[in-house]
Amino acid sequence: MSHKESKQRGQIRQAPENFLSPDLINDLSTHGLDDKRRGFMRNGLLAALGGAVGVGSSLNAFANSEGDPAILEKQVWQTTLGKNVATMPYGVPSIYEANLIRRESPGLTRVSAASVAFTPLQGLFGIITPNGLHFERQHQGWYNIDPDKHRLMVNGLVKHNRVFTMNDLMRLPSVSRIHFIECGANTGLEWGNVAVPTVQYTHGMLSCCEFTGVPLAVLLEECGADLKKGKYLLAEGGDGSGMTRTINLEDMLNEVIVAWGMNGEMLRPENGFPLRLVVPGVQGVSWVKWLRRLEVGDMPYATKDEAVHYNDLMPSGLSRQYTSIQECKSVITTPSGGQQLLEKGFYNVTGLAWSGRGKIRRVDVSFDGGNNWKTARLETPVLSKALTRFNIDWIWDGSPAILQSRAIDDTGYVQPPIKMLRDVRGTRSIYHNNAIQSWKVESNGEVSNVQVG
Amino acid sequence: MCKLAKLFILFFMSSVLALSVNAYAETSASQRYVGIGRDATPAEVAAWDIDVRPDFKGLPKGSGSVEQGQKVWEARCASCHGTFAESNEVFTPIVGGTTPDDIKTGRVASLSDRKQPQRTTLMKVATVSSLWDYIHRAMPWNAPRSLSDDDTFAVVAYLLNLAEVVPDDFILSNDNIAEVQKRMPNRNGMTLKHGLWSSKGQPDVHASACMNNCVPFVQIGSTLPDYARNAHGNIAEQNREYGPYRGADTTKPPLSSLPGSNMVAATARPKVQTVEDLFKENNCSACHAKSSKLVGPSLIDIANKYRGQAGVEDKLVAKVKAGGSGVWGVIPMPANSQVSDESLHQIVHWILNDQ
Repeated sequence: MSHKESKQRGQIRQAPENFLSPDLINDLSTHGLDDKRRGFMRNGLLAALGGAVGVGSSLNAFANSEGDPAILEKQVWQTTLGKNVATMPYGVPSIYEANLIRRESPGLTRVSAASVAFTPLQGLFGIITPNGLHFERQHQGWYNIDPDKHRLMVNGLVKHNRVFTMNDLMRLPSVSRIHFIECGANTGLEWGNVAVPTVQYTHGMLSCCEFTGVPLAVLLEECGADLKKGKYLLAEGGDGSGMTRTINLEDMLNEVIVAWGMNGEMLRPENGFPLRLVVPGVQGVSWVKWLRRLEVGDMPYATKDEAVHYNDLMPSGLSRQYTSIQECKSVITTPSGGQQLLEKGFYNVTGLAWSGRGKIRRVDVSFDGGNNWKTARLETPVLSKALTRFNIDWIWDGSPAILQSRAIDDTGYVQPPIKMLRDVRGTRSIYHNNAIQSWKVESNGEVSNVQVG
Repeated sequence: MCKLAKLFILFFMSSVLALSVNAYAETSASQRYVGIGRDATPAEVAAWDIDVRPDFKGLPKGSGSVEQGQKVWEARCASCHGTFAESNEVFTPIVGGTTPDDIKTGRVASLSDRKQPQRTTLMKVATVSSLWDYIHRAMPWNAPRSLSDDDTFAVVAYLLNLAEVVPDDFILSNDNIAEVQKRMPNRNGMTLKHGLWSSKGQPDVHASACMNNCVPFVQIGSTLPDYARNAHGNIAEQNREYGPYRGADTTKPPLSSLPGSNMVAATARPKVQTVEDLFKENNCSACHAKSSKLVGPSLIDIANKYRGQAGVEDKLVAKVKAGGSGVWGVIPMPANSQVSDESLHQIVHWILNDQ
């Protein structure tokens, strides 16, 4: 059976009432069911369905009155021999999942080696981002770096300038921790107005993985770092851009991981193979990829991505420099912008919440544009500086609705409406937009991105 | 801290011991993780520790004139950034939007009066060290780390001259760069007064967690305009084609009513690889775009130049494979011997015929 054919299979729907005439029922009870009368039944059903949308594909479901052909007919996968083990030595998603891929936002960037590919949040479950769908932000292209030739140097305010190979690093005591990573510019297109249609483009510079590596504190102790004077850490990448960012060592020393593992396997090359910095709660640009050097210092470095980009321009004309923390934020991922509901009735509304300051305490969901709220269920695990999945029941009556989610973290901070953020930060700061997201559901079932207020 | 202090003493003792035997022995630093890591040699540190801080720690000795900078600029930088660093074609402009008044105040007025349509690099950057560090470590775009220290001084001098921060006959050097810093147009334009540097920082808004009758009148302030409906491609093809949440078919107007559970998806075919995918996978798109010039010429320009010439497909395949420069400017195209002949033929054929 082809892929196309499989799409035609309908599901059993409740038959329209009174589709059999009293005469036919009488006839059936007298003579029993034969081929001729089966034909009558089918015709009666078709007449009753006349005019309904989507009849075409439902015909198969009703062609056999005894039930769903997906059950009654033998399918090819039930009656023939399947493929051998290791046909795909490294497994890939089903061909039916081909639509859920990383995508660039048309017109956002002009050069694809300095660009972004967004994670398809609209189709993902739970809190872990599959490695192949982790968002990508490249500043000067990516490479498959030979791990045998990769080195990490630690220098600056340390007793010993040290060099570590991957062999060295992977012998050290490691930890595995689940953390979200979000680009500081995530949702940045939406500061002034609605700009993009789907959650992939509004929020898709967001991923969450279990990272494995050696705690930064272990490495710095090993090198004899002077942590009294050294309040700042410069992290430098080994690619052509030599990406550099200043890390707040005083604040982050005990949380940062020098990581090689990502969801149980090595980092993907586009995410920094073989070594990247993991800086929980801090924007993605600081999670330096292809990490080659750490320098302990006594002042921030004003690197290009701290002096020209990743500054938040305020209405006064002043730019906030070294903005790093990703504040508490949430978004409903289904139903979300660009999606199409097919019918009224029950839905599980689901989404993600996260905070760069700690754990998610509560998520509330509104179906009326923020007038009334209900508290959603938080799924476990609820971890510090990790994505948290929330779910809430919804029975859609078919009338227009505006869906919102609002997260609260364990510092008590409440995710703000966009208007409140704009009142302080204006519309041109690009970075750190953690406002409440609104999705409007029309009576035709189409969901769109809107801003309220 | 006590444990740490003890460790420091251990480090100190062990390093003294080790240095007396072999300065770069494998086990000099630690007694805790024996056999892991080694000391870096001075040459290794010098090779990699290239960062330049705002206080100019790390800046090498050297100098470069505005005049020399212009030469380097025209040869290495202008094709992407424009002759006067004003180009908005490949990257956002570097120069523009600053005034002599800004040089006096250290605040770029056009950042708040919005008279400048786009924020240029020199409008934003507060520290001249950032320019030097980044140009030296990452430029040119397709050949990073290929500018000498003196060339870097010269290029920075040229850029600052374009913005009238330094005069035409200026020679920038490690000796006078601190004086130049005092003339940076946006040197007073940064603030550290915000709550986003530390995880313990104070947020600047305090929203309410109201549960009922919070916004009696809900007003929609912004929606996507109708003309943008399909601007991000067909959303139906960006969602599952089964299950409760399909994507809307944005190639068509919105449906007039709920479609019902048996809506058949518009497209249901696994993706087939196209020549355009080959073009992307082999990194051609890093330097060439369809209609606009990037580092290399646009595909349309290439097609217009060569289309219809006898044997041109074979000729171009050989050219792409070997690399070279001269036809479209001085920036060389690297050799592409890693791409199969079959793929090269497909790509060249596509460029010549399907653009």
